[in-house]
Amino acid sequence: MSNSTEPPALELSRIAKAFGAVIALTNGTLQLRKNSIHALVGENGAGKSTLVKIIAGLYQRDTGEFLLEGESVDFSSTAQSKAAGIAVIYQEPTLFPDLSVTENIFMGRQPTRSLGRIDRKLMREEAIGLFSRLGVRIDPDRLTLGLSIADQQIIEIAKAISLDAKVLVMDEPTAALSGVEVERLFTVARSLRDEGRALLFISHRFDEVFDLCDTVTVMRDGAYIATSPIADTTVEQIVRQMVGRDVSALFPKEEAVIGDDVLVVEGLSQPGVFHDVSFAVKSGEIVALAGLVGAGRSEIARAVFGVDPYSSGTVRINGAKVPRRNPAAAMKLGLALVPEDRRKQGLVLETSVARNTTLAIQRSLAKFGFITDRAENAAARIWDSRLEVKTASLDTEAGTLSGGNQQKVVLAKWLATNPSVLIVDEPTRGIDVGTKAEVHRLLSQLAGEGMAIIMISSELPEVLGMADRVLVVHEGSITAEIDRADATAETVMFAATHSAAEVAR
Amino acid sequence: MTETTSTPRTYRDYAQPLWRRLLVSREGAVIAALVLVVVFAISFVPHFAQPITLTYLLLDITPILLIALPMTLIIITGEIDLSVASTMGLASVTLGVLHQAGMPIPLAGAIALVVGAAAGALNGFLITVVGLPSLAVTIGTLALYRGLAVGLLGTTAVTEFTEFWTDLAKSKIAGTSVPSVVVVILVLAIVFVALLHFTPFGRGIFAIGLSPETARFSGVKVERTKFILFVLSGLISALAGLYYTLRFSSARGDNATGYELQVIAAVLLGGVSIFGGRGSIVGPLGGVFLIGVLASALRLANVTSDVINIITGTLLVASVVATSFLAWFRTKRARPGKKTEILAVAKG
Amino acid sequence: MNSFTKGLRAFVTARETGILLALVIVIAAATIKNPTFLFSSDGFRDLLLTPSILLLLAVGQAIVIITRNVDLSVGSVLGLTAYLTGRLFIDVPGIPIIVVFLIGIVFGGLLGLINGALVAFAKVPALVITLGTLYAYRGINVVWTGSDRINSSDMPKEFLGLGTQSILFIPVLTIIAVVVLIVAAWYLRNRRAGRELYAIGSDPDAANLYGLKVTQRLLVAFVLSGALAGLAGVLYAARYGTVNSQAGTGFELQAVGAAVIGGVAIFGGSGSVWGAAIGAYLLLTINRALPILGVQDFWQRFVVGILIIGAIVLDRVLALRQAKRLTVARNI
Repeated sequence: MSNSTEPPALELSRIAKAFGAVIALTNGTLQLRKNSIHALVGENGAGKSTLVKIIAGLYQRDTGEFLLEGESVDFSSTAQSKAAGIAVIYQEPTLFPDLSVTENIFMGRQPTRSLGRIDRKLMREEAIGLFSRLGVRIDPDRLTLGLSIADQQIIEIAKAISLDAKVLVMDEPTAALSGVEVERLFTVARSLRDEGRALLFISHRFDEVFDLCDTVTVMRDGAYIATSPIADTTVEQIVRQMVGRDVSALFPKEEAVIGDDVLVVEGLSQPGVFHDVSFAVKSGEIVALAGLVGAGRSEIARAVFGVDPYSSGTVRINGAKVPRRNPAAAMKLGLALVPEDRRKQGLVLETSVARNTTLAIQRSLAKFGFITDRAENAAARIWDSRLEVKTASLDTEAGTLSGGNQQKVVLAKWLATNPSVLIVDEPTRGIDVGTKAEVHRLLSQLAGEGMAIIMISSELPEVLGMADRVLVVHEGSITAEIDRADATAETVMFAATHSAAEVAR
Repeated sequence: MTETTSTPRTYRDYAQPLWRRLLVSREGAVIAALVLVVVFAISFVPHFAQPITLTYLLLDITPILLIALPMTLIIITGEIDLSVASTMGLASVTLGVLHQAGMPIPLAGAIALVVGAAAGALNGFLITVVGLPSLAVTIGTLALYRGLAVGLLGTTAVTEFTEFWTDLAKSKIAGTSVPSVVVVILVLAIVFVALLHFTPFGRGIFAIGLSPETARFSGVKVERTKFILFVLSGLISALAGLYYTLRFSSARGDNATGYELQVIAAVLLGGVSIFGGRGSIVGPLGGVFLIGVLASALRLANVTSDVINIITGTLLVASVVATSFLAWFRTKRARPGKKTEILAVAKG
Repeated sequence: MNSFTKGLRAFVTARETGILLALVIVIAAATIKNPTFLFSSDGFRDLLLTPSILLLLAVGQAIVIITRNVDLSVGSVLGLTAYLTGRLFIDVPGIPIIVVFLIGIVFGGLLGLINGALVAFAKVPALVITLGTLYAYRGINVVWTGSDRINSSDMPKEFLGLGTQSILFIPVLTIIAVVVLIVAAWYLRNRRAGRELYAIGSDPDAANLYGLKVTQRLLVAFVLSGALAGLAGVLYAARYGTVNSQAGTGFELQAVGAAVIGGVAIFGGSGSVWGAAIGAYLLLTINRALPILGVQDFWQRFVVGILIIGAIVLDRVLALRQAKRLTVARNI
């Protein structure tokens, strides 16, 4: 345990920050000690990312204290916070794809020799040293282009170590990692902790928080709520602190009449991505596609919908063949896909709520080929109110809405197409608990009305609560099909981490 | 979410009233500037207020007006077409060579239009199928098509054209000083306004410019849309080239050199964002007129016509910098005020 | 594979090697048809001399393109500086040649600074800014020149001599251009500031997050482009002796073309000034070789167009293959 008479590695006290009329933080408080991995949890909008950006030097606080090893600091740029020993690893690593891994680590502070020349030999050796310290094997000369997210994160950590960062902040690092990669990351994190550094781990995944961290701080609505040692608290307690009330019956799956096959996928294959995928979904059913991140579920969904290509296999809706690589045709046949990345694939952030809501039904709104704003607004009004989207006016930019409301707009957009098959990819990722429940209720209701639903989710409780059937995907193949009655965390996880042959045994 | 029988939420259509939205827009600024310049010119520049000024003004800016239409759409999707002037030249040469060989103008003109569309199709193919960046491709085809035009005619020019057609190009609407080509421009302008602002195709264009991935995920045919736009650009550039040739009774390989810059300058001046996703037809047309009127007024005021280049360049830079500055200013203006204090107290 | 084979493979597959080979083939073909193309004192000299001005522009352009920008004003800067050069000799009799060089370079650098400041501070795309300055600078040039023209009789013989003399069979102008090339290449490869230019072009957002001095670097890149265009303008006056208001028109597109052919990616982040330089030579040598190979010189621009399109198609195909190779490598 850390020496409690030493000042904390990083201390934030009653930090406040506002952007015009939007208050992001009223009370940001945090004490990061050395030799500790500290979790920071809170719903979306709780103020975590604003706090992180203040730590990183991207924003300046309005009021409050920011102490680094007991000394007050005020960073006006990321360069300054870096120089002070703070490293932040974001969800999406920001590296230079055209440059080598080594250059990425040392950019801006390459070792030099005479005439200001960069000492490439020394740089390369240092990079190799860093990688061996982290226990990874990456070619120091290879370009960053094409590296997996997991490897890119390792490069970011290598950067942090070479900067001798005393404080490392990891913002949702495991979102895009497979199980093996998560373990590798945790091993590295633990060794960094043991070296005397302070780590801040931001995550929505409680199992990881309890596995890796020793302390947890909860935030809610821009304010500090509580800090507890992990050993002294439970998931329920943390959730209650996050939400401020008891949360019960998160997943109200209603009974629905299950009809005939609506969507039939046979032998779908795309080399290197997925192989021989076959399944069927009936009307009124909710089928979950479970598996680890990176298993290929989103890729399968995108291929079925037509955004991505596939080399062999067929997709049929109500008997009609869905053409390859043609989303518009798939939509006409009754297919809809709510994509994984709502900001980049689901919404046009810089345009209005109305425009976003009607983007998929433009053709049907048009009379004699022409469409007016009025017709758009009328249709948007119907669907946005049905989903209870919170917005002041229809021409508000979609990018200014909260995560939960953004997701509602995307759902409204796709429900407006009146699909017979709805694929939702991570429907509740990054949304507050309240909206989560709304979305689940909606999906359940839609199934009750006869829609066939495929739900891709990485959250086991969601999968187990909502699905009539669970299809488990592992490295591009379906390894198991489990009925609701037989689905447990163990059976699903086993199928998610083993090949089909092993599961069959 | 409650039961489906609950009363639906009410939303305002727009956050601000119409007049405010119009006033604050880029298009409003360009039109206002245009009006100011026209008033100034009428008052202070000798001979400006005569009908013949209008005639020559319109005859001169016709090609730019025409090409600005598809160029606007292309820039809104986030692409660019630098080869338009070269396509003009290529169409001009095609007309000249075919007519000189004995082909009547309507047929030769039709073939020239097809050549223009083909040129646009090649651009479209390289950009949407091969996946190359439009800046690089159209820099290449700028040289390619111009080179083809010059290669076909060499240093000669074709100057013999059927009088009927050359007269038509320069003719005016009966009883007025407005050239007949204005009719063509008006028709096309209306078509493009309808296309961009009132069809799913047009909304798709805006979506592509703002978020190409989302557009694709929403069923917008991104590649097909862009391809069509480049073919349109080639077609209309060819049309502009035909007009140019007939008006001056001259088909040369280097006709209309440099016109692409004038078109792009006018389009950007008219409020179309170079980043894509924003713009209209009215703004760019206003931009073309603004530059045209300035050029005309300067010429009549006996100022060297090359001053217009300095003005065009400076206007272009100033307008884009001003937009950037305004955006920055708006974000900086966000400071905590009374409102936040009240809210802070409420939260306790 | 060991570092020797790695190095060898990198050399063989490098774009620069490819276009160098193409250049050699073109020269060989033209020389076979007409030996005086290469094997005469005039032929050899012109081969090296003519592209040296474009080389300077291409190097400057490459530096800017690497940062994910473009500088379309260089042709106008060249014209303006060439005219300034003539005017300096006329209006300041006895002015030392070296001073004229310095003024030309500084003047070009200042014009480049305007571009850089607008791009870096106003955050407006370089395409638009340099389009505007292309117009504005050319307009100033024309208005200043009026109907005037600089003639070779206006400039001192020693200055014009630079344009025709050679040292050890290599023209002086070429030597100047090559020295600049070597310095630029060294800087881009070995100095931190040079590597940061690549980083900025590879991912501007990441560059900001890294804390790189992006504004400063961009300013320097544009100042360099302008300064090199200024130097090119002085050399232009020395080489051709006559300068009218249209000097340099169209050179910017040639410069961009040379860089693109030379392997500088239009999206920034990769490529070298060596490639841009060889691209400049390839472009202009093909132009001169065409008439000898039986193609009328009207077709020059057409050939340039083919080269540019060919280069970027090739880039795309190679990039797709490389991306596939790199991603498949990690998909066990």
